[in-house]
Amino acid sequence: MEFSYLSTIIFLPAVGAIIIAFVPNLTQRLIRYLAALFTLVPLALSIFLFLVFDRSMGLAGAVQFEEKLAWIGAINANYHLGVDGLSLPLVILMALLGFLVVLISWKIDLRLREYFAWLLLLETSILGVFCALDLLLFFLFWEIEIIPMFFLISIWGSGRKEYSAMKYVVYTLLGSAMMLAGILSLYFTTGSLSMVDIAQAGIGSYTAVIPLAAIFFLLFTGFAVKLPVFPLHNWLPDAHTDAPTAVSVVLAGALLKMGGYGMIRLCVTIFPDIARTYAPLLVALAVVSVLYGAAVTLRQKDIKRMIAYSSISHMGYVLLGIFALSQVSLVGASLQMFSHGFITGLLFAMAGLVIHNTGERDLAKFGGLVRQMPVIAVVFSVAGLAALGLPTTSGFAAEFLVFVGSFSSTAVAGIQVYTILAVLGIVITVGYILWMLQRVFYGPALEKFNGTRDADTLEKVTIFTFVAVIMLVGIYPAILTDIIKTGIVPVMSLLGG
Amino acid sequence: MNLELFIPELSLGIFALAVILLDLFIKRKGYLVVVSIIGLVVSAAFTIAMWGGSSQLIFNNMLAVDGFALFFKLLFLGIAALVILSSVDYVSRFSRFQGEYYALVLLSTLGMMLMAAATELISLYVALELASISLYILVGFLKDSRSTEASLKYLLLGAVASAVLLYGMALIFGVSGKTQLLEIAQTVQTLSLEGVLSSPALILGIVLLVAGFGFKMAAVPFHMWVPDVYEGAPTPITAYLSVASKAAGFAIILRVFFSSFGLPEWLSLNWGLVIAVLSAIGMTWGNVAAIPQVNIKRMLGYSSIAQAGYLMVGLAVVGFSPAGNILGQSTVLFFLACYALTNMGAFIAIIAISDKIRSDQISDYAGMGKRSPIVSLGLTLCLISLIGMPPAAGFMAKFYIFSAAVQHDLLWLVVIAVINSAISAYYYLRVVKVMWLNKPASEEKVPSSGTLRVALAISCSGVLLLGIIPGYIMRLAELAARMFT
Repeated sequence: MEFSYLSTIIFLPAVGAIIIAFVPNLTQRLIRYLAALFTLVPLALSIFLFLVFDRSMGLAGAVQFEEKLAWIGAINANYHLGVDGLSLPLVILMALLGFLVVLISWKIDLRLREYFAWLLLLETSILGVFCALDLLLFFLFWEIEIIPMFFLISIWGSGRKEYSAMKYVVYTLLGSAMMLAGILSLYFTTGSLSMVDIAQAGIGSYTAVIPLAAIFFLLFTGFAVKLPVFPLHNWLPDAHTDAPTAVSVVLAGALLKMGGYGMIRLCVTIFPDIARTYAPLLVALAVVSVLYGAAVTLRQKDIKRMIAYSSISHMGYVLLGIFALSQVSLVGASLQMFSHGFITGLLFAMAGLVIHNTGERDLAKFGGLVRQMPVIAVVFSVAGLAALGLPTTSGFAAEFLVFVGSFSSTAVAGIQVYTILAVLGIVITVGYILWMLQRVFYGPALEKFNGTRDADTLEKVTIFTFVAVIMLVGIYPAILTDIIKTGIVPVMSLLGG
Repeated sequence: MNLELFIPELSLGIFALAVILLDLFIKRKGYLVVVSIIGLVVSAAFTIAMWGGSSQLIFNNMLAVDGFALFFKLLFLGIAALVILSSVDYVSRFSRFQGEYYALVLLSTLGMMLMAAATELISLYVALELASISLYILVGFLKDSRSTEASLKYLLLGAVASAVLLYGMALIFGVSGKTQLLEIAQTVQTLSLEGVLSSPALILGIVLLVAGFGFKMAAVPFHMWVPDVYEGAPTPITAYLSVASKAAGFAIILRVFFSSFGLPEWLSLNWGLVIAVLSAIGMTWGNVAAIPQVNIKRMLGYSSIAQAGYLMVGLAVVGFSPAGNILGQSTVLFFLACYALTNMGAFIAIIAISDKIRSDQISDYAGMGKRSPIVSLGLTLCLISLIGMPPAAGFMAKFYIFSAAVQHDLLWLVVIAVINSAISAYYYLRVVKVMWLNKPASEEKVPSSGTLRVALAISCSGVLLLGIIPGYIMRLAELAARMFT
């Protein structure tokens, strides 16, 4: 029997969580090393998968490293895992972030045992979402994520942490409630819980008892809460602002991508016709998200809240790319998910460092920090420039693909207008990013920040890793787009384009 | 006369009497627990031995020995065992009547086993009274003012419910001239909509039956007794009421409605719709009313009303599905098994904590994660299961029951139900929050006894097992629903 790579990648963090939570008498030091170990091995394995993944177009759409076991006979559910060009980059994203956030959390000492247990469990559930090919399994992993997030925000957060944690849970549960109804309707319509089978047979080959558009929107609502799409975004600023740094990084970096991934994997792949019918509406929603998110970001005073709102705007590009429904735009949307994961992850990590080292989080009270913390200032600036899409960063490659793909798309009438409007979002992004960098790092040095620490060695390693990935994908995007394309081409053939 | 098919009930009855007698002669009351548990195990062993045999009717067709009844018998016996294990600490403080306590638990279990098996209205009623009267006494066992008030309330409302039920049965008898469920079905099948509308005794009878059973199931609008009784009763008995008594209510309503009123189709569609509406109201009301509760037993009382609402989704499916389709029944059975483990687990954890800190207030659970981590972890798991989140049993239970509902044009009800699940997270998680986040009032550890830990471990591993690999129990539930006379 072949080695079960995906199961190992998914469940190693959970095993680590159980060991950390239940083995008595672990020292703090040992707990940290255990957490690092149990995220490093999945990372190494996922990079191995990346290297051996078959990129030939002949295999486009084929699921690789597949595992399938009968799970629940009564409802025809299987334990079915696999990755294709769409999900593999996200698995790598989560595995890498999973390891990096352990390093970011190195200095945490409050209830350390529980903290790392929840963090590792969170990683398992997100990895599971990206690998699951069975709807029930997918939903199971999707739901498991909520409890670790609740604890992580409400215990190790700051500010109104309990309120934010509960808000996060209620929003997410309402979203997943809709999704569950959608999944059940889909199951009833097709009699199958296998994403692969349903997509292959085509939803048109089943007799629809429940209007397909209703199923589509039930599912879409669930994903839209997560992405988030205006007007379902309300949980995000609070959750981000009050979450501990590492959790913000995972939340922005990987959790939001579950929404975008779900939209491509289920909404577009299974309902290509419905997606085409409603694409104009959804694209318009994307533009609203982009512009609204960017405009609100400009007005933020709290450094973390600002980055949180910028996520709404950046996720709007993902939505635009997805429902522009052209090959280039879908590849762009997928790349944007990966790229945003690292860029915004880095932004949150940097904001966390600044807040931790200065004890300040109000943008108006910063100034001149470049003198006290030069390394942080430089890396923060790189992250900011990547966020506004400077060439040679992954942000440029991704957004460029989204815009080119959308502008030239033939699937949606008047898409050019929407694209141009969305591009305006970039202008606002430039505004808020540069303004923020200026307020935090430039201007006269402030006395009160004298003696503030710059990044230490471990932090430097962590943030330079982020920068390296951002630059690597920015300079040579084909390293990922080749893989993503094998995932998108079959989707395009379903769309008939 | 097939007396050997009656051995599970017979042996349990004998053990119940033995416990009372033994109580007179022995000093070490701990043996009573052992004898009671042995009684349950023996009865369960006999029940399991009958599994797989063909369905039979005994005592002039008054009781059925079919998969459905056996499934419920095992469920009740399991619940009773957990209740007895979790009562040990509680009861050992009583100066008198320890034997009676255990014997009454066994007797009411016996009543519920008969309820699940009864195929005839009168024996059904007698079984129900056996279960109820034992419970009236048990609710009042503490003899303080709260417990007495709860007992009186339960007795009075229970008596009214019994009367209503009896009246309903009388009307059904009046329409059909029979008390056998299957014979009633033969008459009811021939009725036409116009005929029934012109002489509505049948409708009135069915409505009264729903009311009578609804009391047992703690379904809205027959739930008024729940919060007070749950709060006042000894906590193990509260657990017993919330799980076994509810399951028994669902057992009889499933059997009566499926056997007698499954046909004609217009009839089953109509009562299915009534149940669906009651279900929607029930879960919404239960969840909304649970939010402001400060007493954890009251909160779980309202939560159990909401859970009855989810269960009634499965009941509605039974009404909506064409005759011979057993998906609705099997989902209800599976949900009940999951719910029983989950709610028992939650109550056992509450017994472990509340008994030591002498308070049922949620705010007094502050910092329990530090003071009693294992029990708090168990309670957290069970609360997550009640929300219906993986990897706990509650998730699979809801998934299964809702998937059945979607298949029978009840998507609207499923949407209401899933939104309700999201709302319920608020109050369940509030308890979790208090336990793990709030500062403890004192640093003192809260120890728990061995028996409670065993009981908690059993429930929690069951909850996890059913949440991750539910296939076996689902198949069992399906088999049980298929072997239905």
